[in-house]
Amino acid sequence: MTMVADRPEWLEEAAVATPEFEKAAERAASRRGFLLSLPAYAYLVLFFAVPLGIVMIYSFATRNRFGGTDLSGWNLDAYRKLGEPIVRDILFRSLWLAILTTLICLVVAYPFAYFIATRTPLVRNLMLVFVMIPFWTNFLVRNYAWRVLLGNDGLFTNISEALGLGERELLFTTSAVVIGLVYGFLPFMVLPLYASIERIDLSLVEASRDLYASGFQTFRRVLLPLSMPGVIAGSILVFVPSLGAYVTPEILGGAKTTLLGSYIVTQFLTARNWPVGASLSFVLMAVMLVATLVYFRTGGRNL
Amino acid sequence: MSSTVQPRGTTKIALTAHSWLVYLFFFAPIFVLIVFSFSDDRNVGRWGGFTLEWYQDFVEHSQLQNAVWVSVRVALLSTVISVVLGTLAALALERFKFRGRKVFDALLYLPIIIPDVTMAVMMLLFFAEFFDILESVFGWDAQKGLGSITISHIAFNISFVSVVVRARLAGMSEVLEEAALDLYATRWKTFRYVTFPQIVPGVAGGALLALTLSLDDVVITQFAAGPGATTLPVFVFGLIRRGVTPLINATSVLMLAASVILVALSLAFQQFSGRGGRPSLRAARQAVSAPSTTNTQIKEGINQ
Amino acid sequence: MSDRGDHQVSEQIAAVKLTAITKRFGSVVAVDNVDLEIADGEFFALLGPSGCGKTTTLRMVAGLEFPTEGSLKIFGDEAGTLPPNKRPVNTVFQDYALFPHMTVEANVAFGLKMQRVAKQEIAGRVQEAISLVRLEGLEQRRSQQLSGGQRQRVALARALVNRPKVLLLDEPLGALDLKLRQEMQGELKALQREVGITFVFVTHDQEEALTMADRIGVMNEGELLQVGTPAEIYEHPVNRFVANFIGQTNLLDASVVSNDTVCLANGVHIPGKSDLPVGTRVAVCLRPERAGMHPPEEVPADQQSVVGRLESVTYLGNALVYTVVLGWARLEVRRENQPGGYRPHVGEEVAVSWTLDAISVVRA
Repeated sequence: MTMVADRPEWLEEAAVATPEFEKAAERAASRRGFLLSLPAYAYLVLFFAVPLGIVMIYSFATRNRFGGTDLSGWNLDAYRKLGEPIVRDILFRSLWLAILTTLICLVVAYPFAYFIATRTPLVRNLMLVFVMIPFWTNFLVRNYAWRVLLGNDGLFTNISEALGLGERELLFTTSAVVIGLVYGFLPFMVLPLYASIERIDLSLVEASRDLYASGFQTFRRVLLPLSMPGVIAGSILVFVPSLGAYVTPEILGGAKTTLLGSYIVTQFLTARNWPVGASLSFVLMAVMLVATLVYFRTGGRNL
Repeated sequence: MSSTVQPRGTTKIALTAHSWLVYLFFFAPIFVLIVFSFSDDRNVGRWGGFTLEWYQDFVEHSQLQNAVWVSVRVALLSTVISVVLGTLAALALERFKFRGRKVFDALLYLPIIIPDVTMAVMMLLFFAEFFDILESVFGWDAQKGLGSITISHIAFNISFVSVVVRARLAGMSEVLEEAALDLYATRWKTFRYVTFPQIVPGVAGGALLALTLSLDDVVITQFAAGPGATTLPVFVFGLIRRGVTPLINATSVLMLAASVILVALSLAFQQFSGRGGRPSLRAARQAVSAPSTTNTQIKEGINQ
Repeated sequence: MSDRGDHQVSEQIAAVKLTAITKRFGSVVAVDNVDLEIADGEFFALLGPSGCGKTTTLRMVAGLEFPTEGSLKIFGDEAGTLPPNKRPVNTVFQDYALFPHMTVEANVAFGLKMQRVAKQEIAGRVQEAISLVRLEGLEQRRSQQLSGGQRQRVALARALVNRPKVLLLDEPLGALDLKLRQEMQGELKALQREVGITFVFVTHDQEEALTMADRIGVMNEGELLQVGTPAEIYEHPVNRFVANFIGQTNLLDASVVSNDTVCLANGVHIPGKSDLPVGTRVAVCLRPERAGMHPPEEVPADQQSVVGRLESVTYLGNALVYTVVLGWARLEVRRENQPGGYRPHVGEEVAVSWTLDAISVVRA
């Protein structure tokens, strides 16, 4: 990245270049860059970095008898509480649901993405637009739509009754939450998968078939390894938000299926145990950071 | 496209059927929601003939109307500010070396990857402390509301705008700016006549993304909102937890329509910017392949 | 136009004069203590392999890079610290850098607009520049709708419309295919003669430099090795690098014995003029087309020769290239494909010969 050298304003007349001038010019350019970044920089320090620091401080604090928080006397109590059975159950349940959601998305999205990638450009783009639409539409509304479908007088229940399957209550179950999460995050799996499959030179598939590989062998030995970056990227994009999901379990889940996101919110809004909520938020963020690093490592940025 | 690459026989039939099922899965709930929003029956799952009653309810519902206006104001205000700050940040990062650049770059990425719940908690604690300080130092008894919501939306939108604008800037050769300088343009004129016209699609894309994210957000807003004001998604979220009503159906459909209009606008913008070639196809491709989309994915995903 | 008057007073003022110019990027020395004068009205080529510092030199003249040290004068005025928009030079960039959101006309008018030239004058000069490069009728096109050759013409018009004192061209023909490149070589040369402006261009293509330039500066690893006319550079390269870089050549290792004798690596003393100190390691540069070939016993008396075995013959159509292996070197001899004459067979002993004026002694 070469930069047009900057000329300090104070040097008005032309002069013989010197190393000092060159340095001054570089400093002027650097200052210009810094000034450009300054508004956003200052904003993010004040309204993002500082809040993050406050959460960190709270996670080491102690809840006092009145539901308030004592900031003095830092300790690890809030983090120790994460090992308690209630919290541990919630953590494992959230983890399990996030893994399940990711696997379902992967199985559903892979053939779909492959099918799109092998269409003619016109059809391909049309198909993609129709993936983009749910991708962009309001998440809350999309979850709500399932609430309507799965409700006890909803279409789903009516159909199930009509088919003689009896009154199947899906709403407020774990299944409903998984359906909602898959519905919400499927596009995040489809798009990176599509991007990585599309990039594969599909004549390799031909070559593989030519070398007597069966369809399944071709998939396992050629297609899957080559599309691995898309699989990883898509999995992280689905897994990470599923783990921290709040809206979906609130709308579609029941009291027995408390997940991490809801638990954190409860700590702040009703239980008033801010240190525990803060420490859980921090753990959640750590998971997210690790996943993001993996994502960038596998070249997800280019997908 | 030739021979074996194209799935054949049963494989092809299976893949085609599968794709139709995926689309059915994507669109059936939305379709059902739209249809039943016109149903004249208090039971949301039963068809009771056509009516616009629920939409009328929406218009007459003063709290909903309030929430709509809060949403619109927050979205517009946070978009304008984050577009300016985000574009400046993008310019600084793409075109200059300066001390603290790496830290800034990392700081700018954090709001994109941070879980919504964590950011919500951040905002809750921050405003609690911040308002304490305001009161004890300035004697100003501030309340959470429009201002705190807007501040928190800007805090995540700056990052998204800057990512989208940066992608555009990275695709634009710096030689163009050198050429302008060589042709007697000052720095300002170089920006005004060369750089800016080149990044307009990125800026517009960033603005639409910011609008969408602001209008979509529930969790962060919930923690930054106060008794003074709340946004439409947060208000609707509250209603949904109490139960399903035709009024929510109608409201949801209107929110859906707003989203679709924004998507259409963003596609149109990308079409506009993609000179030459078949516009709609380009737009679709760009929408999928542009780096900005990846980050949309991250955000949209993490957002919930 | 006072500067124009200035340069009439003294025809001696160089269009561009670099004195001890150095550019460092961190610890890397991109341009190392270069002295160079380019005369007014000259068509000058900076030639060298990629990374040799030629582009950095050009960018310093344009103002896109500031020298670390040294003086850079444009028509006598110190300009080393001026920003690009305050220098009376314009650049044709490597990939033309046409503004994609502007029409051809707007691209060409850009520089004048930035200089706040009156509207009517802009219109006239833009038309003039567009017809100079023969792009009439394409004024309203955008750069994506133009062919490579047309883009290059727009880039030329966009620079020339400002009537720069010096026009800088960075690999101006690099993006064009071979046929178009050859066509444009002649055209650029004619254009330069027509406008009479000093052209400085950067290229890595020695043939392009030889064909177009009045004078060539050869650079390598940041150093300016030799400046001279194409003939001087081709016939009297100063060192092994220049000899090798410009055209095909045979280089025979040798050392200086006296000012008119050198000793080849095989121990044979041959006449060879040089003003280098006795004992200096040198190379005898013998261009393939200047070498003769005879049966070993029939070498003309006025020629020097070495004897070797013919290893291969490459048929080029208009010429034949013979590769002769000596025990200590390998030589190429190029002969025009004419009927009759000496046609040795592979494996035969042949003598490669030359007259004294066919060789030059260069620093190794």
